Amino acid sequence: MSRRLSPAFVLMALLVAVVVAGPLLTPYAPNAQLDIIALRSQAPSLAHPFGTDAVSRDVLSRVLDGGRVSLALAILSVSLSLVVGTLYGAMSTLAGGVVDSTMRRLLDVALSIPRLLVLLAVGALWGALSFPALVLLIGFTGWFDTARLVTDELRALRAQEFSLAARAMGVRGPRLLWRHLLPHLLPTLVITASFGVAGTIALEAGLSYLGLGIQAPQASWGTILRDGAGVVQSEWWLSLFPGLATVFAVLACNALGDALRERFAPNHVPRRATSRDTAPIPMTGTTSPSAFSPSRTVRP
Amino acid sequence: MTISATRDSTTAPDRPLLDVHALKIAFPSEHGVARAVDGVSFTVSRGESVCVVGESGCGKSLTALSLLRLVPPPGRIESGSRITFDGADILTLDDERLRDIRGQHMAMIFQEPMTALNPVLTVGDQIAEVLRVHTTLSRQETWARTVDMLAQVGIADAGARAKQYPHELSGGMRQRVMIAMALIMSPKLVIADEPTTALDVTIQAQILELLRDLRARTGMALLLITHDLGVVAEMASRVIVMYAGRVVEEADVEDLFAAPSHPYTEGLLAAIPKLGQEEERLQTISGSVPPPTALPSGCTFRDRCPYAFARCATEEPALLQVGSAHRARCHLVEEPARRAVRHDVVRT
Repeated sequence: MSRRLSPAFVLMALLVAVVVAGPLLTPYAPNAQLDIIALRSQAPSLAHPFGTDAVSRDVLSRVLDGGRVSLALAILSVSLSLVVGTLYGAMSTLAGGVVDSTMRRLLDVALSIPRLLVLLAVGALWGALSFPALVLLIGFTGWFDTARLVTDELRALRAQEFSLAARAMGVRGPRLLWRHLLPHLLPTLVITASFGVAGTIALEAGLSYLGLGIQAPQASWGTILRDGAGVVQSEWWLSLFPGLATVFAVLACNALGDALRERFAPNHVPRRATSRDTAPIPMTGTTSPSAFSPSRTVRP
Repeated sequence: MTISATRDSTTAPDRPLLDVHALKIAFPSEHGVARAVDGVSFTVSRGESVCVVGESGCGKSLTALSLLRLVPPPGRIESGSRITFDGADILTLDDERLRDIRGQHMAMIFQEPMTALNPVLTVGDQIAEVLRVHTTLSRQETWARTVDMLAQVGIADAGARAKQYPHELSGGMRQRVMIAMALIMSPKLVIADEPTTALDVTIQAQILELLRDLRARTGMALLLITHDLGVVAEMASRVIVMYAGRVVEEADVEDLFAAPSHPYTEGLLAAIPKLGQEEERLQTISGSVPPPTALPSGCTFRDRCPYAFARCATEEPALLQVGSAHRARCHLVEEPARRAVRHDVVRT
């Protein structure tokens, strides 16, 4: 299993290392206009491996710097989604009865609203959003699947005999959820997170491309793509490299998610054989179609 | 009333530790309400060892769960039922006090330790959890008592075992862990629901011996649920035989084995293979327990009873006194002559 895990881990580690070490790898500041006349829209060369853009900024520096923003946004908003979703699911399960079923129905409603539509509407209403606002917006529109996943899993776990045994020992509801049941969800949540990060990287690229995400002059993969949008044929490097970076990052996250699922899905948690067991672990994003979501690998 | 209003158990030492009265558990279903347990009454005294015997589906496990008010939904305990434990009325107790009782004064050992232990927590952690819930001991004390308890239930190298996960232990060891969990608070009553059914025969004997040994040491009362009369003979001082959600016979263990009154008990005893037995085939009770939605009229056992006569179809027998501590729910107690007429039960 470690053999299965390593390539995905290596990819991911590479991505993070390159992005984190970004400023050390290039001599140019991402927003520095090096020479607006001489170095304008240069094709890739040794001095500027990814070329320069229309205002003579070094594209490699911008891709690396943009990667930090894109990754940070994805990781932060997915973390927020996970926390909110888990809390919602746990509270729903804990409350039980009418509250639980009401919270589930609300979740169904939330899941039926296309996420992109909400994001576009908010973007249209507020216009330019700051980085923290984007994290909140993406985080708070992305937790519904997690909440559903957590509610379903907790419900199944609560029906297990060890839950009954714990209650027979005097363990109360909140403690049962927190100490006895949530540890079961950790692998699932980690897997969900890696797929979530992949989806959010692509989502951010899309939003920024549309002008609703990260705002210029701050680089992100989406904003660089946008810079190159009108000139794909002549200045192809402006689209190719941030595009490749996005694809690479999404692939790395998906590969990691797949590897983690391979590692954890046939876990040592014995379950009674139910139809749930043969179903693949649900992933975030599957029920909120987004034009920018990458196609995800779903095993039968 | 001579009994004082206070619920303090010390004021009434002669009252049974557990008093179950007219317990009815119903499950609403498409075919109407299924009464899985119907009017079960019994008592367990302090330090006593009582066995509840019956086939699968007779309501014995459900009865056990109801004692801790853990009947799984949609099942519910119907009004009129009463469970008194150590002076407390279990069915009306507030949740806080109920949780105090669970695990501390009344504990349960489940049938299948593999599913009753949490796979993601170490066994030591799970035993310690009982202490954490019911005591304010320090972390060191909690762990020390956990390891000590594991050693008491016969687990060698308890300190290292405590840090292992359930799947790393053998079936017998897992059941020892369950017993350690149940006993760590020195409860007054331990309910064991088929504690040896999932184990190999040799391990079964060890676990039963451990339970007997611990009972002798702690003076706890034991309510043992089983379908195995061999276990009954080894463990019980008193036996309650259940059939189709009812108590059909209740007696001291010697009385029951020597002179079973109910034809069902008779059948159960006849079905035990004996050493040196000449017959080639084991005796069986034909048919199976009827589902609670399709009980026959009159006596619930009459379809399978070799002595059934006309009265059995029309009138459900009461639990009749056979001896001083021996009762049976059968018309034969009043009409013993009918026992001479034995007929084959037609298999359906």
